[in-house]
Amino acid sequence: MSVLFALLYYVATVILVGGLAYKIYQYAKTPAPLKIPTTPAPTTRGGVVLRLGREVLLFESLFKSNKWIWIFGYMFHIGLALVVVRHLRYVMDPMPELLILIQPLGIYGGMAMVAGLLGLWARRIFVERIRYISNPSDHLILALLVMIGITGLSMKFLSHTDIVLVKNFILGLYVFDIRPLPTDIPLLVHLFLVAVLMIIFPISKLLHAPGVFFSPTRNQVDNPRERRHLAPWAAELDK
Amino acid sequence: MADFQTPEYRELPGVPNKLEPGATDHLSPFIAKPEHQEPLGFPGELVDNWEEKAIEKMGELLGKYRSFQVYMDACVKCGSCTDKCHYFQGTSDPKNMPVARQDLLRSVYRRYFTFAGKYFPKLVGARDLTREVLDEWYNYFHQCSQCRRCSVFCPYGIDTAEVSMAAREIMDSIGHGQKYCNEILGKVQTVGNNLGLPGPALKATLAEFAEEIEEDTGLPVKMPIDVKGADILLITPSADFFAEPHIDGLMGYAKVFHEAGVSWTLSTHAAEAANFSMFIGSYSNLKVVAERIREAALDLGVKRIIVGECGHAWRVAYSFWNTLSGVGHGGNDPYAEQLQKQLDPNYPAPQHICEFTYDLIQEGKLRFDKSQNDWRTVTFHDSCNVARGSRMGSWAGGQFDIPRAVIKAACNNYVDMDPDTIKEKTYCCGGGGGLLTDDLMEIRVKGALPRMEALHDVVEENGVTHLAAICAICKAQFAKILPYFKFPMDMIVSTHQLVGEALVMTGSEQEKALDATDETAEEETAAEENSE
Repeated sequence: MSVLFALLYYVATVILVGGLAYKIYQYAKTPAPLKIPTTPAPTTRGGVVLRLGREVLLFESLFKSNKWIWIFGYMFHIGLALVVVRHLRYVMDPMPELLILIQPLGIYGGMAMVAGLLGLWARRIFVERIRYISNPSDHLILALLVMIGITGLSMKFLSHTDIVLVKNFILGLYVFDIRPLPTDIPLLVHLFLVAVLMIIFPISKLLHAPGVFFSPTRNQVDNPRERRHLAPWAAELDK
Repeated sequence: MADFQTPEYRELPGVPNKLEPGATDHLSPFIAKPEHQEPLGFPGELVDNWEEKAIEKMGELLGKYRSFQVYMDACVKCGSCTDKCHYFQGTSDPKNMPVARQDLLRSVYRRYFTFAGKYFPKLVGARDLTREVLDEWYNYFHQCSQCRRCSVFCPYGIDTAEVSMAAREIMDSIGHGQKYCNEILGKVQTVGNNLGLPGPALKATLAEFAEEIEEDTGLPVKMPIDVKGADILLITPSADFFAEPHIDGLMGYAKVFHEAGVSWTLSTHAAEAANFSMFIGSYSNLKVVAERIREAALDLGVKRIIVGECGHAWRVAYSFWNTLSGVGHGGNDPYAEQLQKQLDPNYPAPQHICEFTYDLIQEGKLRFDKSQNDWRTVTFHDSCNVARGSRMGSWAGGQFDIPRAVIKAACNNYVDMDPDTIKEKTYCCGGGGGLLTDDLMEIRVKGALPRMEALHDVVEENGVTHLAAICAICKAQFAKILPYFKFPMDMIVSTHQLVGEALVMTGSEQEKALDATDETAEEETAAEENSE
């Protein structure tokens, strides 16, 4: 079992890192030939950093649009961030002081995450407009994330697993030393689903995470009258 | 008249309670004929291996436009945009929800360009490109006015305009273009304007307008065209030469230019601000049309370029001209420098007519008799392309402040519509993006519903009598659809019409009359004071 999971995580990591690197490279090298910021837009580079910061940290556009999607989406993402921070203890040794300090928040993060996901899922089922635009994969990704959250929380509140062994297993992967993994079902399911999430990341809508940074309507400076903006293929047409 | 019902007003904000699948799947604009397609470099009719060619074109566009590539991948189907489109609000057809419209193309992208779509098409909603899919593209990508309202509300800034431009570019490239846009683009490229108005006709028209202003004001206000050595080249939509209320706007600009004492000219070679190439997403055509303005500017030797009231034209001018044809500043390549060395660095290039008038107002150079507009209560329709695709002035949001300041300088009675329907959240007039054609009348009327609801609201509450716009398409659309909603068609006015009617020009009949009444008033006041 340990060997299987070790292999799964090697494969998942290669796909996640390689796939994301490829997509980021693809986005970065594809030119944006025209200035298309959604205006009013910042007129300076610094302003764009702030705009993207508000978009990524506060979900500004979503807040303008729909408070319910914003609340559930924000709960999920903030919860997920706290959960990820809490999980750093399994992949880092030693842990920085500050991260140890905020560990307990991860529990609430996990609850917020599941609650937010269930809210989003309810909307996907009960709001006719959103039901119409949903594909099976949209439901499955929600199911996957909810299951990850529930199996994770169950190990906190129902049946603990040997987290020292888990940490040892993961640290072993860094040095290609396969160490024993506890065989509790919730843990195995949890780890398996996380690996699935890693694998589908670069081939699914989860690409919204890198995508938002490359969105020309959000990341362009509004200065077309002052600077000539020219993509390489467009510059050829000047000749 | 067409066989459809003008939709009823609803409680604001008006979001359909119930989806009506297929409500507008019968709406399809006329298909371009070979004579409309071929001059633009597109195949005359649907090519034999169109499926293959369309996928090939899609691949090409994915490599050329970061927006298209990122927007195909990034959507999470959160639903944020679903209730934001005026065409959806007016028709309840779910395929008019921005995300569903994008999905018409995204489903094919997934099938041919993604791992999940190739191997698990059902799971991710991927589908083969079939004739039914092509027909759906044609119908529903011509029910999008590329107004970008959805992009304001998308957490990733996904812009359906970019997607619909790509879709139209793909359809053009396989010989399945839209007649309205492509026929007009042919005219502008051969004659110099969308209407196909030849130079002599244009000159005769302008002479009439000049005469009309002289009769009204007693001043020899000129309407110059093709004047070499003029300081300012005015590029304005050709509707300003023949349509109402556009003409009144043009006469307003002429009065402002005259009063400012600047030398200006129009050009027969570039008697068109509109550039419908944007609607069909064709970069090469965008450039060809924009270069006519560059050529005119070089030929006439002008120092400044000012753009008249036109929404998408101002987006193209403000956001794209520097890129397409070097009209701007800051270029450091020979192509850009050739023109930019000639342009006056003290003024933005291009400049909007509202910016020009606004600056004069700020400098106190224009005198207004606002009482001339007292019989009106005015509201302002922010044109989508100006609001969300451009700017005026030096600050973010100047495109909202400057036209309002110009109107308020000329009118005493001004009110804004509901805040959710103006500025960056403004609704399209319903006729933008290449939809201003009679064969799409039903979608134009239904798509105008949200704007008409907001207008109806201020008419009832505040007694609004006039709707001012700064876009040739908005003006033409409103003139046509206002009657469907039981408003008079002359309710729509040009912003510079309001300016022109209140402007008191130096030495004009209006100045004399106004000063005379002022003197009488002063004498009366003096007499009253004396008697006390």
